[in-house]
Amino acid sequence: MNALFTEPFLVSLLFGAVTAGLPLLLAGLGEQISEKAGVLNIGLEGMMLFGAYTGFLATYSTGSFWLGFLAGGAGGMAVALIVLLLCIRRGLNQIVIGIALTVGAEGLTSLLHFVQFSRTYPRLPAAPVLALPILSQIPILGKGFFSHHPLVYVSWILVAALTWMFRSTYLGLSLEAAGNKPAALDAAGVDVVRTRSLAVLATGFLAGVGGAYMANVGAGLFVPFMTGGAGVIGIVLAMLARGRPLWVLIGASLFGVSVAMTTALQVAGINVPTDVVQMLPFAVVMLVLVLFARNSMLPPALGLPYVRGER
Amino acid sequence: MTTESEIGAGPQATMLRVLIPVALALLVGGLILLALGKNPLDYYGYVMQRSLLRWGGFQETLTRMAPLLLIAAGLIVAFRAGIWNLGGDGQFLLAAVTSAALAPVLIGLIPRGLTLVVCMIVGIGVGALWSLIPAMLKARYGVNEIITTLMMSFLGTSLANVLIKLVLRDPDTTVPQTRSLPVDGRLPRLFDTTIHCGLVLAILAVILVHLMMTRTAFGLKLQVLGANRAAAIHAGLRVERLTIVAFALSAGLIGLAGAVEVLGVWGTVRADWNPAFGLLVVPLVFLARFNGYAVIGFTLFFSALMVGGESAARRVGVPQHYVLVLVALLLLFLALVEYLDQSRRKRIAA
Repeated sequence: MNALFTEPFLVSLLFGAVTAGLPLLLAGLGEQISEKAGVLNIGLEGMMLFGAYTGFLATYSTGSFWLGFLAGGAGGMAVALIVLLLCIRRGLNQIVIGIALTVGAEGLTSLLHFVQFSRTYPRLPAAPVLALPILSQIPILGKGFFSHHPLVYVSWILVAALTWMFRSTYLGLSLEAAGNKPAALDAAGVDVVRTRSLAVLATGFLAGVGGAYMANVGAGLFVPFMTGGAGVIGIVLAMLARGRPLWVLIGASLFGVSVAMTTALQVAGINVPTDVVQMLPFAVVMLVLVLFARNSMLPPALGLPYVRGER
Repeated sequence: MTTESEIGAGPQATMLRVLIPVALALLVGGLILLALGKNPLDYYGYVMQRSLLRWGGFQETLTRMAPLLLIAAGLIVAFRAGIWNLGGDGQFLLAAVTSAALAPVLIGLIPRGLTLVVCMIVGIGVGALWSLIPAMLKARYGVNEIITTLMMSFLGTSLANVLIKLVLRDPDTTVPQTRSLPVDGRLPRLFDTTIHCGLVLAILAVILVHLMMTRTAFGLKLQVLGANRAAAIHAGLRVERLTIVAFALSAGLIGLAGAVEVLGVWGTVRADWNPAFGLLVVPLVFLARFNGYAVIGFTLFFSALMVGGESAARRVGVPQHYVLVLVALLLLFLALVEYLDQSRRKRIAA
């Protein structure tokens, strides 16, 4: 057991947890914004996957990681645009369209990957790392937490920024009203459809950036179906966090640790099937739900289209 | 939610509302292929020829329908009752693994027919059991079943792998898999074909589910529950029990799908095998507007696409996942056509 507490093991565990958790964090935060506004984005997985593809494509062709993240965000927003047009403006079923978008993104990116990369499987060089001064000198924690691509630190700041936005800005309160009582928001003179549209586009952007990080930094390449349920985990995180960004961070870290655990255990020379470790976070969450199940985890208007004057 | 469209228009209009999206999906899908430098007519022609016109391929298509139809039957029960059981993959895999592990043991002890029946019942039980926690949470505390079923699905998929790798593994194979059921112990074939009798079972299940939901008091109760939970409580229905029963029926049928696929086709389950039928059938059930008869038609269409698409990958150079693009387009266009149709009718009414 001593092998578990050596420095390389802990560093690889923490570093891996942050890397694996970041896409979940971004997607979860994105989904949280949508859910607050009353939009259930089942298509989150599709947004991540499409963002992973466009992000990889951009970084592969330009060499810039930041451009890759932007392109990933744009890719996610492109998928979100369909949700906006069909579900928010036209009120079509959010679950049906969400599944369609996920399935469609899986098919389309597989197809594009097949045409462009299936013979070469190009890889990206390792992403540049910004080691934070002083903090990165701390033993173990420094290498685990503070020697990442700058996007990681930006995302941590985003958690704080969203917490503030939800709580103390006009926009944050509008979002919440759009999910809780859209008619009241409408009566207050704020456009419900516009508020929700903004929320969905933000979700698409964040999920897309998360996907791009997964492809460009996490894996260094794009493969079909690479998000492998990360979007679904993002949805779960957002629902469990009940509107609090910090809880998305905690949840994403928990999942990140469990993903990183398998690789870290191999570093330590212990072979456990990946599946055992991957079950842990889900088992914990289910257990928590069974023990502390409570009502109204979600905004009342979640998933319902808003039509003025209709009940 | 469902009957509206059935009353609102004659069979012709219904056919049109299905055929237009299908045609549009094939058209747009074809344009995508064209943009990638492939000939769409070659692709569609090959897929159709391979999966429908050639006898061997057609048998494969029909065989593939069996698990899809059973899953569809399970989803119809849940969706009509307003329950979003999106955890089909976990229910399917766990049932597949347990029945796959049980069958080779039982076949040495009891006759083949009895073995198969017992394994299918175990499959149903395991599937239903895996829905119990989401069902209780939904019934008692109103916890959203979308997250709980999805999480149980992830758990189930991993648990199935753990079971294969650590507990039920066949010691004689290098790749972790369960002991395999000899071919003469699997589900009997129909006449001289390669199609196993699970297909008959599946078609029966879909029809029975459809009749149950539309023609019986129990089905009506579930539909009331689906249409308006508060109204169901108000009408004195035992909502908690109904929810749990609907969940168990739904997951049980999906579990049966897993058992039938293993007992009929594979005879074993390999680690990391996950056909992910659960989520793919969801759109089909929506396309069919929760109608059991329509589901049979859509499943035939989809299963032909799948079987044909798998072999087209090598021949025409289009990956099999292109089928997913078609499914997505189909869903989008179907939703759009339905929307346009409804707003047109609203305008006429107004």
